[in-house]
Amino acid sequence: MARATATALDRSQAPAKTLAPVERLPNFPARPARRESVNVRPRLAWRARTLNGALPWLLPLALLGLWYVGTERGWLSEQVLPPPAYVYQTLVDLISTGDLWLNASASLQRVLVGFLIGSGLGVTLGLVMGLSKTVEDYLLPTFNALVQIPVLGWMPFALLLFGIGEPLKYVLIAHAALVPVTLCTLQAFHQVPKRLLEVGRAYGFSQRQIVTDIVLPSAVAPIFTGLRLGFTKAWLSLVVVELLASSEGLGYLIAYGRQLFQLDLVMAAVVVVGTVGLLIDRGFEFIERRLNKGRAMTPGRLV
Amino acid sequence: MSSLASTQAPRSTGYRGWVVPVLGVAVWWLAANQGWSDSGLLVSPQKVALTAWEQVSSGQFWRAISSSLARNLSGFFIGTALGLLLGCLLGFSRLFERLVGPSFNTFKQISLFAWIPLISVWFGLGDVAKVVFLSLAALVPVVVNTCDGLRNVPPAFLEVAKVYGFSRWQTIIGVMLPAALPSIFTGIYLALVYSWLATIGAEYLLVSGDGIGNTLIDGSEHFMMDLVLFGMVIIGLVGWALNVLARRLERRMQRLYGITPR
Repeated sequence: MARATATALDRSQAPAKTLAPVERLPNFPARPARRESVNVRPRLAWRARTLNGALPWLLPLALLGLWYVGTERGWLSEQVLPPPAYVYQTLVDLISTGDLWLNASASLQRVLVGFLIGSGLGVTLGLVMGLSKTVEDYLLPTFNALVQIPVLGWMPFALLLFGIGEPLKYVLIAHAALVPVTLCTLQAFHQVPKRLLEVGRAYGFSQRQIVTDIVLPSAVAPIFTGLRLGFTKAWLSLVVVELLASSEGLGYLIAYGRQLFQLDLVMAAVVVVGTVGLLIDRGFEFIERRLNKGRAMTPGRLV
Repeated sequence: MSSLASTQAPRSTGYRGWVVPVLGVAVWWLAANQGWSDSGLLVSPQKVALTAWEQVSSGQFWRAISSSLARNLSGFFIGTALGLLLGCLLGFSRLFERLVGPSFNTFKQISLFAWIPLISVWFGLGDVAKVVFLSLAALVPVVVNTCDGLRNVPPAFLEVAKVYGFSRWQTIIGVMLPAALPSIFTGIYLALVYSWLATIGAEYLLVSGDGIGNTLIDGSEHFMMDLVLFGMVIIGLVGWALNVLARRLERRMQRLYGITPR
């Protein structure tokens, strides 16, 4: 039997050897054709790439052009839509006089303090509820009910309790950050990969080991997603709080410009608010992606 | 002992959710009625209930809530319709996506409320400005989720459509839209939530006319904590009701299209 299979193997290998050169043969006529296409493609690719790269700029440039022409021709009065050059000038003035730095640092300080308080409390609350089902049963329904009221709904309440000072801003920004951070932290505990838990149990981990070695490491990335969401919310509510009650900060610049009908100031401040928000969000996204990369590897190794 | 045993049964833990709110109201009631604080801000729960009753029976509440809801829904519908259109264009056409996508992504980064001063100058303080702001709030999540849903149609589905020789139109109607529906629903659901938040914001920052937001402002300007608390409860309740409604609609639509809930 063994000999028979061996000869069969020999036979089956023999035609394969003869097949191999046959497979290679068609490559020869194919080569010149490929060389031709190689010559043509980069030019096309280059053109496509420049076109592709230019496309996203068309709309903003068209809008800017329309804005410029519209104000130049006087389709709209300067009070309603200041010319772009004017807005740019205001932005430059804001930077050179140091006003921008003063207001931006006030805003950043507020948002940082509020965010740190809110996310600290949020992570703690989420951890406590995630670790103990009993605490979750007691607290979560109340938490969910309170969450239904948006930050703006709390505003008059907080205004009466804390007055218009700094504490009001910290409290509202902290509240804005707290909600997503708590919910994401709690969710992180509910979504621990089951496989990992099973492995932990198979190795006879104690409850504590399961928490410190499995649950917490796998919860890092979702918690970070919560932090990013929390910061976005904090930044959003910072603008609202400063619009309504403050005497410095980026939101105040917007409110001040509106009161004096200086739309150039409003627009310049909106641009700054958008840019700072974008930069911070990108920073968080970058870290989040790195964390997620690490997380994706862990279950892969265990399988 | 028997109570301890009953807490361990999974069914009887439902009462736990009520412990904190009931305790909270009890402490509040005690604090207000025993005079723990002289501050006029510590109003009793009865006072809040009385204010609520006055608001409801005098019709002020109905006027406020109906104008808030009318604003909310009209903004929501306009924003959702425009959002679906823009999202479909972004999702179906690569060229349009390259043209508009990056600008849109930059635009959506700008904090929503930062637009209010500009909107107030361009559209005034009336209902037009509020509806514009609300549609803006509803538009963004719808566009993002519609576009995402259409972009992330599983390639296997598209290949099947190609194998069966579907025309482009048939592929869109028969394959891409149904596959993207869950994501589109998520967008609409978010739009409903956001537009309620924005309704309060708009009434708060563009002060004019009736609305729940204005009730709150009245309360805080006249140091009437009872009115403020009443307004907050209403905002929370309406937000919750919209949430439940949207979720139920979402589930029904999913069942209608034979999609298993995520």
